[in-house]
Amino acid sequence: MIEEQTIIGVMPEMLVAEARKLCEQGYRLVQICATRLGEELQMDYSFDLNRKFVNFRFLLPKTGGRVPSITGVYFCAFTYENEISDLFGVQVEGNALDFKGNFYTTAMKHPFIQDAVPASVPAPAKPGVQ
Amino acid sequence: MGHRTIIPFGPQHPVLPEPIHIDLVVEDEKVVEAVPSIGFIHRGLERLVEKKDFVEFVYIAERICGICSFIHGQTYCQGVEEIMKIEVPTRAKYLRTIWGELSRIHSHLLWAGLMADGFGFESLFMHSWRVREQVLDIIEATTGGRVIFGSCKVGGARRDISPEQMTWMLKQLEVVEKEMRLIVDVFMNDDSVKHRLCGVGVISKADAISLGAVGPTLRGSGVADDMRLLKYAAFGELDFAPISRTDGDSYSRCAVRCDELFQSLDIIRQAAAKMPTGEIAVKVTGNPSGEFFSRVEQPRGEVVYYIKGNGTKNLTRFRARTPTFANVPALVKMLAGCELADVPVLVLTIDPCISCTER
Repeated sequence: MIEEQTIIGVMPEMLVAEARKLCEQGYRLVQICATRLGEELQMDYSFDLNRKFVNFRFLLPKTGGRVPSITGVYFCAFTYENEISDLFGVQVEGNALDFKGNFYTTAMKHPFIQDAVPASVPAPAKPGVQ
Repeated sequence: MGHRTIIPFGPQHPVLPEPIHIDLVVEDEKVVEAVPSIGFIHRGLERLVEKKDFVEFVYIAERICGICSFIHGQTYCQGVEEIMKIEVPTRAKYLRTIWGELSRIHSHLLWAGLMADGFGFESLFMHSWRVREQVLDIIEATTGGRVIFGSCKVGGARRDISPEQMTWMLKQLEVVEKEMRLIVDVFMNDDSVKHRLCGVGVISKADAISLGAVGPTLRGSGVADDMRLLKYAAFGELDFAPISRTDGDSYSRCAVRCDELFQSLDIIRQAAAKMPTGEIAVKVTGNPSGEFFSRVEQPRGEVVYYIKGNGTKNLTRFRARTPTFANVPALVKMLAGCELADVPVLVLTIDPCISCTER
């Protein structure tokens, strides 16, 4: 085992308060990410203090999920919050530097919650078939 | 208050080999605010885990970046190995350490050249890249590749370094060290270089932590944090302490990278002396089921991979948070208040890798 990793379940409405507690202890924000799990999104907020890794986790519905911004506590969260907004469609409320869906240039809206191959993409031709 | 103008910086700019855009709000010659934009070449590589099985995916991970490619592959492999509880042979851990540190040396020399070019010191740029070529020759001789090594796999390493190659490599590194000392001497002591770097773009220790900075950007502000302290690969058996500087300015960030060149040489020599004989890989059976946040120190700082598997050959999620992505907020902070002419140099002091950021 390279390192112990603590994963703590939090309620979205308690996220800012819990993040503030870690910030006051000197933790830095490591990353924020979303993971599609069927009809839900798993949200992960990771923090580190002297290589002690703590991760907050909660679930959101796949579409229409809302989270409060933690940019008031960690300004650097603006990049991650714009990313989950653009790629997963998560609505972040109160982002201090909100690019309003223009952080990434993507061919389709919220590509990371779409199915792997869009129905509009035709199947590749079989060899020898015109 | 003077007249405010917005000057677009990038995505095409002489100091930027890759596209990033910054809107610089300036008053006369002073930058008062910087708003970054990325996403011009976002590739969505993370979703390829749905099409490539977890063993093949190391090839994708290595191609996230053309500079720290080996360490990307290593970070991925270590994450999958943690989930699958695979004990990698000790020799493979030493091989990974050696190749990882060779990556760091060639990445820092690449940065040194770009930095010298950025502040107009063309001969220093050429010498830095000339020495880098010698490091790439060593990498090519031991892995077969100059940039994409292809030598790391889930379960260990794909190639070994023979005793003859090791002897040759250590001899070549002695030459490289002599050359690097000449380059670093100019970087650290030349008046024209210090004039451009000292006291410019200061990030305090508290700001570096709160802005989530990583790597030399963090260590240049007095925070001696380095993921190699997690003792992954062979670092648990090697003498290693992070290099840091306290001034937090551009010169400090450069000094950290310059010192790390020689630290990496020392790590390679230690690893070569202590590397045991034996197998370099174990057979991998089954599929990953579980999750892990894999963290490794790249040349630009901590890289984080979130890997989640559900027992099938395809991972459920692969997420890469690269060091440049984490250093963008620190860059925004250091640009505010600087002179317009210092912007290119400041951008280069975080050693931006947009290819990584736009994985």
